[in-house]
Parts: sequence; C-alpha cells; structure tokens
Amino acid sequence: MIISRKIVLRFPPDLIDQPIVYRLVKDYNLSFGILRASITPKKEGLLVLELTGKKEDYRKGIDFLSRLKIKIQPLSKDVIRDEDKCTHCGVCIDICPTQAFVLDPKTREVKFDKNKCIACELCIKICPPRAMRVSF
Amino acid sequence: MKTVAEINEKIKKGKAVIVTAEEIIDLAEKKGIKKTAREVDVVTTATFAPMCSSGAYFNIGPTKPKVRLGGGKVYLNDIPCYAGFAAGDFLLGATSLPENDSRNRPYPGEFRYGGGHLIEDLVSGKDVKLEAHTYSTNCYPGEKLSTRINIKGFNEAILFNPRNCYQNYNVAVNLSRETIYTYMGVLKPNLGNAHYCSSGQLSPLLNDPYYQTIGIGTRIFLGGGVGYVAWYGTQHNPGVERTKKGIPKEPAGTLALIGDLKGMKQQWLRGASFLGYGVTLIVGIGIPIPLLNEEICRYAAVKDRDIYAKIVDYSESYPQNKKGNLGKVNYEDLKKGKITIRGRKVPATSLSSYSKAREIAETLKMWIKGGSFLLTEAVEKLPLNVKFKPLKVR
Repeated sequence: MIISRKIVLRFPPDLIDQPIVYRLVKDYNLSFGILRASITPKKEGLLVLELTGKKEDYRKGIDFLSRLKIKIQPLSKDVIRDEDKCTHCGVCIDICPTQAFVLDPKTREVKFDKNKCIACELCIKICPPRAMRVSF
Repeated sequence: MKTVAEINEKIKKGKAVIVTAEEIIDLAEKKGIKKTAREVDVVTTATFAPMCSSGAYFNIGPTKPKVRLGGGKVYLNDIPCYAGFAAGDFLLGATSLPENDSRNRPYPGEFRYGGGHLIEDLVSGKDVKLEAHTYSTNCYPGEKLSTRINIKGFNEAILFNPRNCYQNYNVAVNLSRETIYTYMGVLKPNLGNAHYCSSGQLSPLLNDPYYQTIGIGTRIFLGGGVGYVAWYGTQHNPGVERTKKGIPKEPAGTLALIGDLKGMKQQWLRGASFLGYGVTLIVGIGIPIPLLNEEICRYAAVKDRDIYAKIVDYSESYPQNKKGNLGKVNYEDLKKGKITIRGRKVPATSLSSYSKAREIAETLKMWIKGGSFLLTEAVEKLPLNVKFKPLKVR
C-alpha cells in the first residue's frame, strides 16, 4: 500500500550537514517533495516534507529519522483558522501559493482546505483580523 | 408614493415588507419597478469593511483628587489618545499605535496592536490599562492617573467615524516590479493581483446614489448596535463621473457615523492589521432605505453588473497623486475573481466581506420586522455640491 504524508522535521544543529533526505530515497525507497526548508540562527533545521512510499518503507524511514533524534510532527494540524476571527474578506486567496483558500461563489465565504496547505505562513501576516495561526 | 411615517405604521403593525438590497434585484426583474415599489416598503443595505477613519471618544468620571486630562497625555493599553478637550474627555483613533511600536521597521511592519484592536477589546468587555500624565491646577490637583478600566467604567464610550461607507472605491493594482504593502493589502508586482473594497450591490450609498433617503439623522445598524448618520463624511465627493443610471464610477459620497459603543458587538467591530501599512477597524454598517417612490426603488435595485470601479495603480499613480488610466471594471466581473487589465488576466479579491454584509442586511431586516427598529426621515440632505480637492502646499 502506498501512503503519502506531510510531516514537519526539526533537525538538531549537528545534523545540518548530513544527507538525510538522500538516505530516505536511497535506503527506504521514499519519494519526497520539499514544501518548506529553513535554518534558524541557532542552526536548527526545519524541513517540511511530503513523503510518499510503501507503508512498510515509510515506517522504516520514520524509524530512521527518529533514531537520529530528529523531531517529527504531522503537518496537518499546523495552520489553523480561528473561525470566530475570520471575516471572509478574501485577501488570503491570491496570496496562497497552493490555492488552499477558495471563495464559495454562492455563500461568498472563504473555504480553507487544510490538505492543500503547505504551512508557508504567508497568510498569517497578511490576514487583516489575524485569523490564521501556526503552531509547530 | 409612501411616506416614512406610513412605513413606520406598517412596521409597528407587523405588516411592512422588508427585503435586502440583494433580494430586491430579483423582485424588480420579475415584477417590474412599479409593482415592486408598491409592494416593498424597505430595502436593507450593508457593508463590512476596514475603515481607518474610525475612532471613539470617552468620558471618565472624577477621581480623588481630581485629574484634568485636557492638555495632558492619555494612554489606553499604551496607545496614545488625544486629550485636547475638557478634564474628563479624550479621543482614540483606529490607526493610533503604541509609542514603542517599531512601525514599519523591519519592513514590512506587522502592526499587531493599535487603536482598532483596542476598540474591539473594549467592546468585548476586556479590562484595559488607562494611564494619564498631566499638570496640576487649583481645581484639578492630581498629576497622574493609572487604573484598569473596561467599557462599563466610562460614562460615555461613543464610536465615531469621520468617514465611512464610501460610495464605491478603487480597484488597487501594482504595476511596479516589487511587491507593495498598502491599505488595500499586499499587491503583487506586474499586475499580480487586484484588490477591491465595496459590497457593490449591497453597499448603502450605491443603492441611494443621489442621497434621496440617506441623510443627516438617519438611524442605522452600526457595529451591531444602533447608530446615526451624523454628517456627510470627510472627502465627500459626489460630483465624480457617473454612469447613465447615476452610479459613481469612482470613490464619491461618504458618511460620518456615530453610535453608542456600549451597545455594539465585537462580532461587528474588528481591529485589523495591514502588513506594511498599519492598524484599522473593520466596521459593520447597515442602512435601511424606505421605498418612497419608483425612482428610489429603481436605484435600490442596482446590481453588480451596473456598478463600475476605477482601476488604480498603487505603485506610482496613487502615491504620487498622478493621473493614470487602467480602465474600469464592474463588480460582477470582480466577484468572479478574474479581471482583464491591459489584456492580462488578473486575479481579483475583496477586502470587504460580502458574506458578512449579507448577514448584516439580514439582521437589520429582522430588527425592522420585529418592530424594534423604526425608520427615520433625514433631518437634512447630504450635499451634492461639495468637492474633494488636493492640498496646495505653500
């Protein structure tokens, strides 16, 4: 069975120069899409990946990452919309690079599709009533 | 022909027919203007959009010893207020920022908390910090004041908008090669997007383009409570180019609004931050239009297709106050989410919430139906001969 998951990886500083994603591909037959990558001033790495492969390979790959003391979190919970704060204006729609926001032509309400969200955080600062939040 | 008094009698008897500015469009198309004008008594219009020209003024009662705020400095949650009035009065503006806010540095600034947020906090019942420094007099010996206070602690807390309800507005675009941060939101380079800000066919002054019913003294829905049109708004500019049907093609008339903040709701008064620009207040407004005759009915049946907005470049034309011609576009096309500028397809989104405007128009309809909100006749008409002019710097 092929599975595909979006995950957030946090690398400790000593792993920054290791070819970890390469190992996932080479040793565990996983394919990946990088949704986001950054290194903080304290040299901690943040990598948001969409990881795809056979269920068994995926499990082994995650085990490999855990052994290296990489923190792993699922991405789906990360960007949250505060429904009470959202005014459904629509300025997030054209900022989002993955079209995670769609205006319902009938209700004129903005729908947020979490599955399309890659947690780039662009919407967070531009939302006028600050209805979007991120929590890694 | 009907009068406001006759309509109010029908409202009291529960017999008035009230529809929203959206519903009247279909009615007028099906039944014709004549019949619709006869059958419908009131049309409700609404808008829910950011307006920087919003504020509130407050009065605090005497302390022991008495402190004179007038001429001193007053802060609410570190946000500076204006205190050039008598001892107990001060004014807060939606765009006011704490003195230690880093403003637009690093660029673009985030503007997380300002006057608009403070007004929202007060309406929601939160405690805020009130601080004042002033000079001592024989009758007001106190020099300092520091206390927690919430909206109930003020004698008066009055929302006031020197300008709101813009009759139509610009469609903002960016012709430059860099992203720009404006009060119309983030505009992407090379015509990357277009932002507009009007509820179009639901917008109050677009449904009464020559101000035949909306005037000074008109009772309205303001921030979830009851308010009034206090005056014509600043920058009121009714003389702009209009369509054959009388609809202004660019920003035109405006309203000054006033109402008791204590009766308002957080849901309809929201502080907002515009990245790289500043803080503002999103204000919910609903205005009833009494259908006194066929002409008023015809205007109130206006639809998005017949309302045109001017496309303005915010990278050069707007900031430098230069004329530019990028054409005009109607709200039906804007609401489809894609418009054509210089032969290019440009995604269009709104700063004004249409779904919330719809909710306000429905709420006002229910208020009137329930008999708790009667219509008013304007005390004075809004002027048609006032002009908005650029400043001559001498």
